Amino acid sequence: MNPLRRKVYMAAGSTTVSLGTGRKEFHPKKPRPGLEEHIREAGQGVLAQIGGAANVDEGVIGNFMAARFNHQGHLGALIPSIDDGLLWKPCHRVEGACASGGLALLAGIRSVLAETSEVTLALGTEVQNSVKAIYGADILSGAGWFRGERKHGHAHFFPSVFSDRAGHYFEQFGRDRTRNAFARWYRNAIENARLCPTAQEFHNTTADLEALALREPNPHTFVDHLNVFDCSKVSDGASAIAIVSEDGLSRIGVSKQDAVEVVGWAQLEADLTRPPEDPTRLETTRRTVARALEVAGIGIGDLATVECHDCFTMSGLLSVEAIGLAAHGEGPDYICAGETARGGSVPFNTCGGLVGWGHPTGATGVRQAISLWQQLTGKAENWQVEIPANRPYGLQVNMGGNDKTVVAIVYKRGG
Amino acid sequence: MNYPERLENVAVLGAAGKMGSGIVLLTALEMADLSLDPANRDKEFTLHAVDVSPTALKGLVSYLREQALKAAEKKAVALRKAYAHREDLVLNSDIIRQYVQDVMDIVHPTTHLSDTFGSTIVFEAASENPALKVKLFSEIRAHGHPDVWIFTNTSSIPISELDRKAELSGRIIGFHFYNPPAVQKLVELASGGTTRQELKDFSAAFAKRIRKVVVPSSDTAGFIGNGHFMRDLLHAIAEAGRLTAEGHSFVEAVYMINKVSQEYLVRPMGIFQLIDYVGLDVCQCILKVMDDRIPGELLHSALIDELLAKGVRGGQFPDGSQRDGFLQYVKGRPSGVLDPESLAYTPVDSLAATCDVKLGATPASMISWKAALASANSDQSIAAFYADVRKTGTLAADIATRYGKRSCEIGRKLVADGVAANDEDVNRLLLTGFFHAYGPINSYF
Ligand SMILES: NC(=O)c1ccc[n+]([C@@H]2O[C@H](COP(=O)([O-])OP(=O)(O)OC[C@H]3O[C@@H](n4cnc5c(N)ncnc54)[C@H](O)[C@@H]3O)[C@@H](O)[C@H]2O)c1
Repeated sequence: MNPLRRKVYMAAGSTTVSLGTGRKEFHPKKPRPGLEEHIREAGQGVLAQIGGAANVDEGVIGNFMAARFNHQGHLGALIPSIDDGLLWKPCHRVEGACASGGLALLAGIRSVLAETSEVTLALGTEVQNSVKAIYGADILSGAGWFRGERKHGHAHFFPSVFSDRAGHYFEQFGRDRTRNAFARWYRNAIENARLCPTAQEFHNTTADLEALALREPNPHTFVDHLNVFDCSKVSDGASAIAIVSEDGLSRIGVSKQDAVEVVGWAQLEADLTRPPEDPTRLETTRRTVARALEVAGIGIGDLATVECHDCFTMSGLLSVEAIGLAAHGEGPDYICAGETARGGSVPFNTCGGLVGWGHPTGATGVRQAISLWQQLTGKAENWQVEIPANRPYGLQVNMGGNDKTVVAIVYKRGG
Repeated sequence: MNYPERLENVAVLGAAGKMGSGIVLLTALEMADLSLDPANRDKEFTLHAVDVSPTALKGLVSYLREQALKAAEKKAVALRKAYAHREDLVLNSDIIRQYVQDVMDIVHPTTHLSDTFGSTIVFEAASENPALKVKLFSEIRAHGHPDVWIFTNTSSIPISELDRKAELSGRIIGFHFYNPPAVQKLVELASGGTTRQELKDFSAAFAKRIRKVVVPSSDTAGFIGNGHFMRDLLHAIAEAGRLTAEGHSFVEAVYMINKVSQEYLVRPMGIFQLIDYVGLDVCQCILKVMDDRIPGELLHSALIDELLAKGVRGGQFPDGSQRDGFLQYVKGRPSGVLDPESLAYTPVDSLAATCDVKLGATPASMISWKAALASANSDQSIAAFYADVRKTGTLAADIATRYGKRSCEIGRKLVADGVAANDEDVNRLLLTGFFHAYGPINSYF
């Protein structure tokens, strides 16, 4: 099996803002864009950079729960609404909870590998502010095992899943140092987001972020071991990127310099009905990253930057360990030492990640790819970090549910 | 009878009114929460919501449904635990819907007083009319549960007087919510000399469960809250007379005093807006009750009588929107000021043009009521503001200083007369019941 029998590139990313509380233009009671507008904005942003819809062979869109958030299924058929030039072209929608965006990327990668497409328009979207958070929690709990877990789960289902993991982690490795790492993670996320105009926390002006993040969790109103600052917010948005072959690149008129090459990828699935063996580890993430790095033929010492799936500060911390940058139990020290901050040895989530940039669930995987494309090709403007010549790789990890569906992709600049 | 047993059969009189509807809500939520306690599974909780107006009772039902939904959404974490035994309720939305249903099932809207005759607790929030209250209580005493306890929401009538006239032998206490009951943190608790200890104990427990701050008051007409408010509003009306005598028109005087009592006193609304909010009729009632019972002080406003006679009432429309009174309202905000002669309203905009100049420039250190509430050390900012106000020597500074001094004097007199136990109680009451940013007893003026 050869996972990369042909060169695959990504380029021309485009994303809407992550819309939700925190953005000045967001008002819960005022009308705002829906799925259609978000998809169109992101999609047209790509088409404008690749010579128009005529250059696209097919489309794919990742989405988790529009059927319940927006009473809208059949999202594949919204892709032609982006541009008439996409009519009568193959399109479909993929789903893997919060990894839906990552799965859309993989669908695009596979199609280019299969030579059934030279240029795939890959999108991801979620519009979640359509319901109050307490009902949104019901919808998102579908990423868990509904029949086996929901009844005895918490009102805030997923925060509680990761709160439980945090509880175990506290017990094994110490509460204070772990919470300090959460606070540092939050600060990094917001400080990075303040540099990126599309980020949900772009307008955040809190002075002492770590002090805010260290507020004691309140189990009466929320969950046992996390507070709201440990969680990504409710977000609306769409993101899109072009996935292309070498021929595709010349067709769309984008140089390799302005593209990233996919040098490794992996996607693994765990059993939805089985609880994690060790709640202090992300085993599926660990395996998926290891496989992607193996395909890329690189080690973790070769990484310049990472986009990880920090739907919670807790999952950010566990990701650092699962990727292998810190040993089990040592993630808090690594984070508190600033290694994941933008000036650190391997900057994580340089435009804010899920906590800072936002988490429109089905869009997140695609947004991560865009962020790495911008970062590795020098297009990251105010949030650009240095990409060392001797370790030029970027890693993306997109996780669905409680470490059940994981997509990992390794990139480097195309030329 | 223990606490949950006491609350198994409750009645609220005047249930569809401003205060009654809030009391029904808070009590029904508490009863629903009790019913979810496994220890109370064998009990059936019923709340008879009694009012003379069937239309208003319909409004009550939709208000309750809306508010119970909000309450359920807020406490979904606890409700999931409470309904853990119900296998059929899986989603938050299932559980929230069930809780709302459970609350609604407890409430029995009725126009028949006789439905309450099995009740062991009666909250009374009917109109502020001593004769009406005595009549209702007497009927309940004659036909109701032999051990019924009455919790009256009266704003002004002494409890021992109601007790004596309705022959309740101490089974009554003043449990005075503030408007709106679901929002205001305060309960002013007034025991008559004869009020039984069990009622006091229950009141403390109930207030705690529904998360209210209790401030005790002596059994004096008007208690602490209206003892302050009524004298405060009489001061405002007297000030309007003084300014008119000094050559300002009446509408100008009202505009200026309203503005100063809001912005310079750092209060949530100006005094004339507050009178309108409470209702001129309600103020008249309370003043009369106090005036009849408190010797040596004139607690009466000829102006309020005159305006009411001319049909100017204030208060709210059934949909909750503000009715015109001293001021006229557009979308709840003052837009005009009443001329008592012509009954025409002069637009606020044109008054602002002339009066704001008369009032003089505001010091830059002025702090808004919202900012004061949000700030952790607002007393420093407020003290700094008043230091600047004194320096300006403007008309506004003069009105504000007289106003603040009078408010302080009223507060101190309440303590001196034994209505409030101490300065802190007066201040706490105004902070929690009237949402003031600071207590009236202070050294700012
Ligand atoms: N409004 C306030 O700001 C406020 C604040 C604290 C206390 N209070 C006191 O609360 C009580 C109620 O005031 P409110 O403002 O809610 O008045 P309201 O006029 O809004 O409500 C009174 C309700 O009592 C009903 N009612 C009249 N006679 C009745 C009877 N015989 N049987 C049953 N119901 C009857 C009316 O239909 C009305 O719905 C008064 O004692 C008042 O002084 C009012």
